[in-house]
Amino acid sequence: MSSVAAASPYALGADRAAAGVEEYNFDIVKKFTIMTLVWAVVGMSVGVYIASELAWPFLNFDIPYIEFGRFRPVHTTSVILGFGGSALFATSYYIVQRTCQARLISDFAASFTFWGWQACVVLADASYMMGHTTSREYAEMEWPLALLILVVWVVYMNLFIGTIMRRKQPHIYVANWFYLAFILAVAILHVFNHLAIPVSMFSMKSYSLFSGVQDAMTQWWYGHNMVGFYLTAAFLGMMYYFVPKQAGRPIYSYRLSIVHFWALSFMYMWVGAHHLHWTALPDWTSTLAATFSILLLMPSWGGMINGIMTLSGAWDKLRTDPVMRFMIVALSFYGMSTFEGPMMALKEVNALSHYTNWTVGHVHSGALGWVAMITFGSLYHLIPKLWNTRLYSVRLAAIHFWLATIGILLYIVAMWISGITQGLMWRAYDQFGNLQYSFIESVAAIHPFYVMRMIGGVFFLSGVLVMVFNVTMTILQGKREERQALAAGGLAGANV
Amino acid sequence: MEWFMWFTKFEHTQPLVLVILVVLFVGISYYVYGSSARGKRIESHKNMIFSDDDDKR
Repeated sequence: MSSVAAASPYALGADRAAAGVEEYNFDIVKKFTIMTLVWAVVGMSVGVYIASELAWPFLNFDIPYIEFGRFRPVHTTSVILGFGGSALFATSYYIVQRTCQARLISDFAASFTFWGWQACVVLADASYMMGHTTSREYAEMEWPLALLILVVWVVYMNLFIGTIMRRKQPHIYVANWFYLAFILAVAILHVFNHLAIPVSMFSMKSYSLFSGVQDAMTQWWYGHNMVGFYLTAAFLGMMYYFVPKQAGRPIYSYRLSIVHFWALSFMYMWVGAHHLHWTALPDWTSTLAATFSILLLMPSWGGMINGIMTLSGAWDKLRTDPVMRFMIVALSFYGMSTFEGPMMALKEVNALSHYTNWTVGHVHSGALGWVAMITFGSLYHLIPKLWNTRLYSVRLAAIHFWLATIGILLYIVAMWISGITQGLMWRAYDQFGNLQYSFIESVAAIHPFYVMRMIGGVFFLSGVLVMVFNVTMTILQGKREERQALAAGGLAGANV
Repeated sequence: MEWFMWFTKFEHTQPLVLVILVVLFVGISYYVYGSSARGKRIESHKNMIFSDDDDKR
């Protein structure tokens, strides 16, 4: 890209261009963007496969490396750290440079975060398939990999904060606040959740520093705050930049975005214990978590309304612009998930929903409906700008939108029905006070919905494959136009 | 240092932190919505994402 700095829409000041230095480092944004799509294909393919394993267990083939127990963390790590993480690195590097009008402070550090992060995800996936795991939800990597992630994260934090500190704009745009909270919170969560004693210096195995209910508390303090700060706050940062940019109008209320930010930051840290209702947890802790979960509804919906109302007066864009459609549907799923979450945090509802597929459905309405859809919308906006061209096919983006939407609906409806079925069957008693159903009867009852969930996953994955094709053609188109522009420039020079 | 031990009990620190955070949040909300002049200045920041707009397409 440096060779065409002057032709780029992000071309720089004459002095920097003359020195061969671009104003922004978009090379790193491009790399992370491409890896976002690679991890989407890998992570979601594994997701479809493990969903198939649940429906048809023979697909485990007695091969330990791909059995459900080992393959599930490969799915979660690939989609959360691989797909989601790469998307967050890409968009945070893009947004912080654009809104601060400053280049990242170190190209080397940026490259280090890229290669370091990809290595973390690949090694973590490989280690799970080999059977190494801490068994901590969303943090299954053993201690050497946890340390590697920590190093990459500290470099990332330094890079992001350093870039903000050299900004040319006096104000720090609110999207950067969300990214900052995400980076800081994840650092704290990761360190405390991974406090462990290795068996030996040369052993992958380690044991948690905590035990019993404290260990469970630490895990779910981490687990739910990863949802709150990684899968919510960071993607809200993405939303606060790309929704107004795609709509061509500023965010509905900047003041509301500030209140949204602080309310989320203050409240999220308290709610993790709602994952441990009806356990050995002290009752007051459980009640406190449920109370804050309900309170969280207000800022969450404030943020959703802020995003959706940005389109106020330009609703027609929803008919004509599939990228906008991705974003608004993402916000709708954000609103729906943040209503469903507090409801499930109520102890009485949780007594029915916990340990069932309802929880899985809830997670995926957030992960697919909110996280993935806002990422797709943002990337459809970002990629043509990065390669200085138009989107290859708007029609294919529209097809992707419908495949993704149908896929999500099939997925979450299947999980809702099967989850409530499980919950009701497990608590049913006969006239003698015995359990009415055996466990295997509940498994048989939900089998059709496992198949339905797998079909939903296939729809969603198909949409991603359509996007990969569309993006590949867009990039090739951008490169072709760049070559043509250079050739035309050379020809014009020769004619002078 | 006996007073310091007060902070080592969860039943003390939890409500204390809660009070601090609620007061902070009320303060932030007042700062954001308490003055129309300040509100206008804060709202003006929402346009900054378009100040770097040199997109050709």
